[in-house]
Amino acid sequence: MAANESALLFDQPGPRMRKRIKIINWIAAIVFVALVVLILTRLYNPPDGENQLSWELWKPAIDGEAWADFYLPGLWATLRATFLAVIGAVVFGLFFGVGRLIPNAVVRGVCGIVIEFCRAVPVLIMMIFFWRWFAFMDLPSPAYWSVVLSLVLYNGSVVAELVRSGVGNLPNGQHEAAVALGLTRTQSLLSVEVPQAIYAMLPAAVTQLVVVLKDTALGSIIMYTDLLQESRRLGSMYFNILQTLVVAGVVYFILCWLLSRLAEWLPVRMQQRTMAPTEAEPVAPIAILDPSNANQIAVAHEERPLGGSQRLYHVHHRGTNASIRNWRRTRYTQGYDETQPQSQKVRNEHRHHQHHHHHGGQDDASTQSGTKR
Amino acid sequence: MEGFISLFQQYNVPAAFLVNLELTFWSALFSAVLGVILVLMRISPVASMRHVAGGYVELFKNMPLTIIMVFMVLGAFAQLKLSFSDNFDTNFFWLAVVGLSLYTAAFVCESLRSGINTVPLGQAEAARAMGLNFMQSATLIIMPQALRGSVAPLGNTLIALLKNSTVAAAASVATETSSLMSEMIEFRPDVIIQIFLIFAFGYVILIIPIGLLTTFLSNKLAVRR
Amino acid sequence: MTQRTTMRAWLRKGLAALCALACTVGVAACGSDEADGDHVIKVGIKFDQPGLGFKKSGTYEGFDVDVARYIANQLGYTDSEIVFKEAPSKQREAMLQNGDVDMILATYSITDERKKAVDFAGPYFVAGQDLMVRANDTSIKGPQDLNGKRLCSVTGSTSAKVVKEKFAKEVQLMEQPGYAECATALLSGIVDAVTTDDIILAGLAAASRGKLKVVGKPFTEEYYGVGIKKDADSKEFATKINDAIEEMEKTGEWERAIEHATEGTGYKPNPKYNPPKPDEGE
Repeated sequence: MAANESALLFDQPGPRMRKRIKIINWIAAIVFVALVVLILTRLYNPPDGENQLSWELWKPAIDGEAWADFYLPGLWATLRATFLAVIGAVVFGLFFGVGRLIPNAVVRGVCGIVIEFCRAVPVLIMMIFFWRWFAFMDLPSPAYWSVVLSLVLYNGSVVAELVRSGVGNLPNGQHEAAVALGLTRTQSLLSVEVPQAIYAMLPAAVTQLVVVLKDTALGSIIMYTDLLQESRRLGSMYFNILQTLVVAGVVYFILCWLLSRLAEWLPVRMQQRTMAPTEAEPVAPIAILDPSNANQIAVAHEERPLGGSQRLYHVHHRGTNASIRNWRRTRYTQGYDETQPQSQKVRNEHRHHQHHHHHGGQDDASTQSGTKR
Repeated sequence: MEGFISLFQQYNVPAAFLVNLELTFWSALFSAVLGVILVLMRISPVASMRHVAGGYVELFKNMPLTIIMVFMVLGAFAQLKLSFSDNFDTNFFWLAVVGLSLYTAAFVCESLRSGINTVPLGQAEAARAMGLNFMQSATLIIMPQALRGSVAPLGNTLIALLKNSTVAAAASVATETSSLMSEMIEFRPDVIIQIFLIFAFGYVILIIPIGLLTTFLSNKLAVRR
Repeated sequence: MTQRTTMRAWLRKGLAALCALACTVGVAACGSDEADGDHVIKVGIKFDQPGLGFKKSGTYEGFDVDVARYIANQLGYTDSEIVFKEAPSKQREAMLQNGDVDMILATYSITDERKKAVDFAGPYFVAGQDLMVRANDTSIKGPQDLNGKRLCSVTGSTSAKVVKEKFAKEVQLMEQPGYAECATALLSGIVDAVTTDDIILAGLAAASRGKLKVVGKPFTEEYYGVGIKKDADSKEFATKINDAIEEMEKTGEWERAIEHATEGTGYKPNPKYNPPKPDEGE
């Protein structure tokens, strides 16, 4: 994909350029190798201290005992917290995400405040607070529950936003059809739109799993015996903490990388189950009070490299403007809507007759689109 | 209420937030530079550049920040002797900045790349038709437009960076907010909830303007196509 | 319509699966090491301090552990009836107060401050704050030599502040989450000394294959006690523990445990205070 993508940015290299590229590639390779060799020699023979590459230090970091007594129990603790936190986050996110969509303004407001608060507070601050507070309240295993609760609150608020943007991304036909069947707004939301939004957000939720997995490492700061903490403990036996941390880092990387791949593969599967676009978000949408961030990322995804095809959805209609109440207005004020060729036509007409008042029997919203221009 | 006032008299909370803001400022600066370089490498015609940048992004995106921070002290400083100052406080501050910058640059690169994808194909084609070479078309045509399209994800990255600056505690920066909060809870466990609320709302107050500005800018700068 | 029904069925199935998973993980999380038989004693120790309390291969070793075993045996518990639990420094009082553990031996210094919250038996050891340096370093002979040097201590511990305030105002402090990080920093040369109680340092020095040494001039006294819950019969319990410690000191078991824990460091407990007379809490 990378090659495909960049092929559009520059001309196909000719023979001279190809030669030059080859040279640059070689130089880059040499620089890379030189850098690695430099670091390795530094580790092998540091100014003071001991040879960090010696087998004496590496063996206890990777032998069977290390895995059985430290890494695997630590990994289990990490995964346990991750899974519980993800499940909690999905429940929390569904609850508050739907709460932020239902017609009652008070409920919407409360849910909005909770979500924005949880998104703004750093996870580490929450963890330290809950840890000390739980210990203060004499609850069992405060570190574990503090890690889980902090991650549930933060990632739950992200999931809530995903639910909201998932509903916002649904074609209006879904809601219209539900209303036409005689369902109320809430009924249509709960039985038609949210279930589809869930499928749409699943890949993004898997991406969020990577975030959760990475953030459990913060637990080591509050003494939760996760993979990082266990590798530190192992390192305190033989003073090979650098080596044990490398092993832990590799394990984290492999797990996160596999989850990322899963998140890339899921959208294809999930698209069969929903009318909303499914995509794994490269960056978790966290901007506070900002509806459009989820959209921006999503839009970036839909477009094939460097544009080419047209956008399928409005930047502004996705995500935060997902309020079903104002769907008509938000849709038309944006101007261009491919799924509504009629509106498109009106707008173009406006362009041509800008000084005429030409509305015909069109939707009142087209006036707005006209004045906005 | 008295609890709040006495806490503010006893501890210098704004100073701790200032440390986080400084960490954020410098890391934002360096990660922006590194992120732009990475994204240029990633779309460049040279295969090795693309692979290096791609590998970098994969590595740092899938690595917990806590481990990176610990490595900055125990690896980069202790073993590779990467040192910024003989003064420990200054040194750890800059080590934390480097760790945060390395980590955040991967996300800046991804944000910019999503912005590049919003630039229509015709722009690149037109640039090529005018005879611009890769660097010219990238810096004069593609990137300026891509930046406008990546305001929102970049804003998100900035907010994440501000929140992540608390992890500097893992790199021995003992003056930032999460460390100060631990210390305050240690000595004043009776007002633990107030202490948490002070710090939580501190971050809410810092982050809301960034979010609003991001929304405003991304609306204002969005290219209508 | 069918589409919708399948969708809801799927949703319901998914939710059910999630709940089931949540329950399993949740139960596994809290119900893991509750070996609540009728005749067990729960002891809080450190899990991460080689030489004092360290968890390895599911077994526990170190001086604190040996003393705890001895006391428990004297109280009528076999080795298999002892349940060890991790007691991190910051949670020791809370763990005693809510009955998580029956006693704590985790480098727990007897202080007036702590006596307000819990009762103590012992002391079973008198440690002193000391410095650890590289084996080839002769420039540091005591805390007063630390001016202009770099000192590492554990986050949240007061030992570094003691040095800075009382002995060497111009020392540079580095805080790390654990002693292993401090020792690694010391080995690599970015700090010149590590400070904490001498017996902890001895354990670290023992693990360093002769590359680190303890200075051996302690400048404070820390009386390690056995923390117990403050209640009506704590006096009786403390007396029993003290008798056990006394017995351990008399039989030479105490000395053997110390020697075993500090093997290869040349560390000798300060004879002026050790072995201490356990009379706390009676």
